Amino acid sequence: MISIDLIQKTAETLMDKAAIEIPDDYLEGLKAAAKVEDGDLSSFVLQAMLENYEVAKEDRRAMCGDTGTPRWYVKMGNETQIEGGPIALEAALRRATANATNGVPLRPNRVHPLWRTDHDNNVGIGAPEIEYGYEPGGEWIDLITVHKGGLFGTDYRMLFPSDGIQGIRRFYLDSIVAFGKRGLACQPAIIGIGLGGCKDTCMVLGKRAACLRTVGDRNSDPKVAELELELKELGNSIGMGAMGFVGKSMVIDAHIEVGYCHTGGMQMSVHAFCLSSRRAVARVFADGRVEHRTDPNWFTDYQRRETVEWEMPESHEKSA
Amino acid sequence: MGDARKPREIRLSTTPTPEALAELQLGDIVYLDGLMYTAREGVYKRALEDKANIPLELPGESAANFHCSPAARINADGSFEMGAVTATASFRFAKWLPEWLAKSGAKLVIGKGGMSSKDYKNYFVPNGAIYLSTVGYGTGALLGRGIENVEAVHWNEELGLAQAMWVIRCKKMGPFIVASDLDGNCLFERENAKISATIERAYEGTKPATLKRFGETDDKNDELIG
Repeated sequence: MISIDLIQKTAETLMDKAAIEIPDDYLEGLKAAAKVEDGDLSSFVLQAMLENYEVAKEDRRAMCGDTGTPRWYVKMGNETQIEGGPIALEAALRRATANATNGVPLRPNRVHPLWRTDHDNNVGIGAPEIEYGYEPGGEWIDLITVHKGGLFGTDYRMLFPSDGIQGIRRFYLDSIVAFGKRGLACQPAIIGIGLGGCKDTCMVLGKRAACLRTVGDRNSDPKVAELELELKELGNSIGMGAMGFVGKSMVIDAHIEVGYCHTGGMQMSVHAFCLSSRRAVARVFADGRVEHRTDPNWFTDYQRRETVEWEMPESHEKSA
Repeated sequence: MGDARKPREIRLSTTPTPEALAELQLGDIVYLDGLMYTAREGVYKRALEDKANIPLELPGESAANFHCSPAARINADGSFEMGAVTATASFRFAKWLPEWLAKSGAKLVIGKGGMSSKDYKNYFVPNGAIYLSTVGYGTGALLGRGIENVEAVHWNEELGLAQAMWVIRCKKMGPFIVASDLDGNCLFERENAKISATIERAYEGTKPATLKRFGETDDKNDELIG
């Protein structure tokens, strides 16, 4: 049984870390981009961002004033039990979100879409989102918070098999050019691409590809991995950099996640996880241990399984 | 860093003289001193549509309008905690800005992404105003360090903390980039023009999607297939 107080306390810490500490993988990716950037203004922007991350950590203030829309991805081992059950878990995550909004402080971004009611705590109808995943074996809970920026850099399109890879390239370019101009997407970004599924799952896959995979990680399907690298390269070859200025740093990495789709379609979504790629992760165990990390390690073989039954590989229980 | 040249850096008052503004060139880096206030759609609606009295003397106290919602809280004792500040995209406020500039006398509009050169020429230039863009975007912590004091927050009860009018005293707050000048030239459009040929090359070999969308055609009689 995992303590609900420990879950809430850990969740509050994660909210703080996500808002303030840029994950190492993104930071290294941005440093590499800054090294090769030769556009005068783009280069200035990247250097300012690198300085900004340091200041955020030194001052313990949020790295960006727009602290995004905090959400939770929760994953559990198959043997996990939570004190108070799933209702207590959701209450703890909502409390942690509200407390951290006031504590860090974060910007209270969440409002009613029509009446613009603001509870000043990032909690409201459907907010924060809480999504779940499960892994075979183990008694632990992974708490992952992602504070993705909210307004620009995301799009969906229904493509068809006849559109092919060129259709994918076209929509990818359309998206990053449209949102890259004037830097609306706050690039260079981690670009997540969802392919297939249904419309809603396509959006979910693309968002998770952007937010739940680290820079340098490749899809386990070698051909998909190859397409990821190609799209990264393509994105960095449009002559545009940070803020839409002349440059070559648009994409820190490109991640693709696929889902089986209708036989007539090839759904595609594009998501940009910005210069403040905020995510923080901790695994909480029943014995009270808490292990912090920045890699959500969401897309395990089990999450990408394509068979009816799942036979657990011997190594799986240890790695999951 | 590749072979990039460092841009010029300038200190500027939030109640700048016309001469100081005339000095600025597109792409200059600016650091601000003095009072600034946040105002975005909530404040514009309340001031311009609901005709509420603006709780500051403008532009005497401040001629710097920041399109910003800070990451901030009001403490139980009435004091403020402001962490990071960054801008929100300004193009969405074009509807209110002509009236706002005339009424507030703002000389500096600070935000994300700038406006079009048409906007600059139509109502920035006649009001002697320029646009400063934040950098990044997302230098929230750096800008946060430039806050000397949070002087007041207005309309937070009516609008919520994110849309409220925050009054901030800044000391060397920055960096900001000069994105328009007194002639209404636009930095982002200048950059777009330089990039357009490379973008065209990147598109080579791709083809439009089989199923089109409205927006790609404005003729509602069009079929969207093929």
